[in-house]
Amino acid sequence: MKFLRNFLDKQSKNFEAGGKFPKLYPLFEAVDTLLYTTGKVTSKGPHVRDALDLKRMMLTVIYALIPAIIMALYNTGYQSNLGITGISDYEPTGWQQQFFMMLGLTFDSTSILSNMVLGALYFFPVYLVTVVVGGFWEVLFAVIRKHEINEGFFVTSMLFPLILPPDIPYWQVAIGISFGVVIGKEVFGGVGMNILNPALTGRVFLFFAYPAQISGDKVWVAVDGMSQATPLAQLADSSMHLTYSWWDAFIGLIPGSMGETSTLAILIGAFILIVTKIGSWRIMASILLGMTLMSLTFNLIGSSTNPMFAVTPIWHLVLGGFAFGTVFMATDPVTAALTEKGKFYYGLFIGILVVLVRVVNPAFPEGMMLAILFMNVFSPIIDRFVIKSNIKRRLARNV
Amino acid sequence: MLEHYLSLFIKSIFIENMALAFFLGMCTFLAVSKKVDTSIGLGIAVIFVQVITVPVNNLIYQNVLKEGALAWAGLEGVDLTFLGLITYIGVIAAIVQVLEMILDKYVPSLYNSLGIFLPLITVNCAILAGSLFMVERNYDFGESIVYGFGSGFGWALAIVALAGVREKMKYSNVPKGLRGLGITFITAGLMAMAFMLFSGIKL
Repeated sequence: MKFLRNFLDKQSKNFEAGGKFPKLYPLFEAVDTLLYTTGKVTSKGPHVRDALDLKRMMLTVIYALIPAIIMALYNTGYQSNLGITGISDYEPTGWQQQFFMMLGLTFDSTSILSNMVLGALYFFPVYLVTVVVGGFWEVLFAVIRKHEINEGFFVTSMLFPLILPPDIPYWQVAIGISFGVVIGKEVFGGVGMNILNPALTGRVFLFFAYPAQISGDKVWVAVDGMSQATPLAQLADSSMHLTYSWWDAFIGLIPGSMGETSTLAILIGAFILIVTKIGSWRIMASILLGMTLMSLTFNLIGSSTNPMFAVTPIWHLVLGGFAFGTVFMATDPVTAALTEKGKFYYGLFIGILVVLVRVVNPAFPEGMMLAILFMNVFSPIIDRFVIKSNIKRRLARNV
Repeated sequence: MLEHYLSLFIKSIFIENMALAFFLGMCTFLAVSKKVDTSIGLGIAVIFVQVITVPVNNLIYQNVLKEGALAWAGLEGVDLTFLGLITYIGVIAAIVQVLEMILDKYVPSLYNSLGIFLPLITVNCAILAGSLFMVERNYDFGESIVYGFGSGFGWALAIVALAGVREKMKYSNVPKGLRGLGITFITAGLMAMAFMLFSGIKL
């Protein structure tokens, strides 16, 4: 590996001031710090001695996402294989399926290989579009505004495709990530200075701008024209029957956005985040608490016309984006509340709002992304009140 | 009855939020949201004005202006609704004047920090809209009190949240051209997107 270091050192003078491409320094710096830990140390105080820098933190989130990504590949393939094998004389549509046939594989929902490859053919192009388009904006802003490109974008670009349906057109992916990165993050100054979670901002933008491609019954299975309602939609509509068991939903073999279906895989990620103390267990626990309290309240009230009132907390946990949002979106340290007490209220309200939207708002079957965004808006004010009350309490103690 | 009032209250705060669903009262919403303390003061002032003006205008509308409302004075079939707009504005202006005097006397610090924006509440469209929505939806007196409180509270909630966000944004490195109002507009837009959470709830 020595030669790589030497190569980078030799190249560095081209990018520094007075070199050939001083404008592209952020790009060089990004590659350098991605490959090697930076040699820079702070010369003035205060010093924080900690091995956990931004890079390591973001990479840990990526590791925690790996189980969810694997399940995203498997389930996307599984769902579309299942749909395809249900149709006799199926003609492959779309380049993904034609390419899949060219590889000599058959549509078979019982074969892990077939599921994984087909899922990968749907997931990775979306991921690639996200990285290329989002990365373009990152680099553009970094070059013009002369700040560093940092690892925050890796997480955003990983989260964004995971919360999209498999059938989404690529141009919409590009527009969504552009909105998320530029309006959600870069206009505020980049990583660490944004108000709303960039990945969610992009997703919500797409949701309101192009509802036909991101909601409804036709988008969740990557088979042309195949209509398959998500379990949440099935539960909300009294004319439909729930065709999935709790275990299906827990393991993740249900239609939905690519990465959000498997609660099991997400729980593994949650374990990693909690053990490494990257994600706040307080936020996750309080969301769970808020969700449980609210859904039990609705269970108690009951309703003869709205079947969603009867959905128990254990079902709410495994359906829709609840688990994914709880573990990976709500715990975003930049946009969540910062104070420990504030985190509790922040999470509690997310949990309450999700169930509220799922049960009483007929416009959206799922409310996780909007509930998190809503509380992102309120997290600074929660922090403020927590700090104020803390100051007051301490003043009263010391009089 | 109580349930009806409660659902009207929730609706006027979240679903039909004056600032973030109707984009009313934008001038003060954007201009006085730099500090949380000031915005809390302004929010309270708006709630206060709204709670008084909407019911008062309701009484005037129901007993004087509405078609046939002057029957008690022997003037049947008289329709004075064309005087509505000017009457509501007059009532609002008068109440804001009184409020200003009260604040000046009892809470001078708030009075000073609100500055020009307190008299400007007179022309705050959220306040006038409260009265006009009340007329349009034909609320009765009880409903108008609840609606006045709810819509004022929703507006106050929005401006306090925006002020919180803006205080946090002091640490942001916003591009030069967007500093100040530009980024505030973007933030308000993003907040409105988050408030879409409630759109569609039928109460």
